[in-house]
Amino acid sequence: MMEISFTLNGEPVVVSVDPTERLLDTLRYRLRLTGTKEGCGEGECGACTVIFDGLPANSCLIPTYQVRGCEVETVESVSPDELGALHASGATQCGACTPGVVMTALWVWRHSEILGTHSLRELMAGNLCRCTGYDGIIDGLEAWLEGGGGQSGEMLASSSEGPQSTSARRKAAP
Amino acid sequence: MNVLLPGTVSEACDLLAAYYQAIPVAGGTDLFVHWPARAEDHGRTFIDLSGLDELRFHRWTDDALVLGALTTYWDIIGDPRAVNELPLLVRAARQVGAIQIQTRGTWAGNIVNASPAADGVAVLMAYDATVTLQCLEGTEEIPLSEFYLGYKVMRRSPVQLLTEIRIPKRSYDLHMFEKVGARAAQAITKVGVAVTRRGEEWRVVANSVAPTVRRCPTLEAFLSDGEPARGPDDLVGAIREDVSPIDDIRSTARYRETVLARLLYFGLRAECPSFT
Repeated sequence: MMEISFTLNGEPVVVSVDPTERLLDTLRYRLRLTGTKEGCGEGECGACTVIFDGLPANSCLIPTYQVRGCEVETVESVSPDELGALHASGATQCGACTPGVVMTALWVWRHSEILGTHSLRELMAGNLCRCTGYDGIIDGLEAWLEGGGGQSGEMLASSSEGPQSTSARRKAAP
Repeated sequence: MNVLLPGTVSEACDLLAAYYQAIPVAGGTDLFVHWPARAEDHGRTFIDLSGLDELRFHRWTDDALVLGALTTYWDIIGDPRAVNELPLLVRAARQVGAIQIQTRGTWAGNIVNASPAADGVAVLMAYDATVTLQCLEGTEEIPLSEFYLGYKVMRRSPVQLLTEIRIPKRSYDLHMFEKVGARAAQAITKVGVAVTRRGEEWRVVANSVAPTVRRCPTLEAFLSDGEPARGPDDLVGAIREDVSPIDDIRSTARYRETVLARLLYFGLRAECPSFT
């Protein structure tokens, strides 16, 4: 077993893990943050997307020991109240892809200059959805991005209460 | 699974020598696919490279772009100079998986994973990249086009660490990368081809149509001769000399041969009017 310290949704976490354990499993089964989903287990569907040191990554392909000393953000850092535009556009049906969609979109929102070189569809190509046909997801995200950071710009921002409000702190306490 | 965490390249080389056939790990995007189901690999020894900050760089020198072994696709996608000067690197990188893979997957990992379908390898080879291998005995630099000896067989001994990739800076008259997969995004290549031209000097590199990514010398000679092609069929003879596509889970030999001819013909016709 390896003892691993990292920052999860703004809070320090220490876990003792087998080297074979995936970040996805550490989050879901050890820390009980079940927002992050497993879809394909091979880095294709994006349901397990987290933000790892500031970049979107598939937590099914990351052995937990690799996040030692790093920062990880999961969908639990986002308040459900902030997802109104996605609900309004029909971006969510079964919901399995939604946590990953939200995490990639959160990254795009923070780095909107990327839209100068990449289309939203290319940026979201790593988040597969079996229900919506994508138009709802793209419409919802576009509407929110075009809001330009006004009141709708808060949609995917971290809760104003900060990381203390997330379940990470409660559930991750050793 | 035994994980070793070296802090320097020299420590990593010590460990590669001490633990024969230990597996170096960078982003893990190939190594950890379907990981829980792969019990047979759980007992192996892995050398995790994520602590080797000395390999986390890419820099432009007077005559080359040098990628440290921890350079990701995303690092290059975000480099405006790469977009302008070595555009195939960016074009291929943007088609490897999606952003979640591009932020973790490394160019060096793409090379040593040795998949015949590797898009990153195809474009590096079209730019005459070389790789530097390091071990306790010293370093050697090998042209990427001579690195593969057969399916998953390469000129890297188990004690060597791929530390750098060097891409010569040259001006090219033509850059082309075409890829066909099952869909536009998130697909592993069924047929791929990277082409560059400097004057009469062509590089044609095909992926997913032979046991390794490989240069196509017959096609290169055909193009250097400047003989016009009347259609894709005129390229099939040269293609059969150069590659050996197979039927597998992703495609069939016949499809691959036909599509490679069409990608080359229509791609070159668009880029290079004298071709037809």
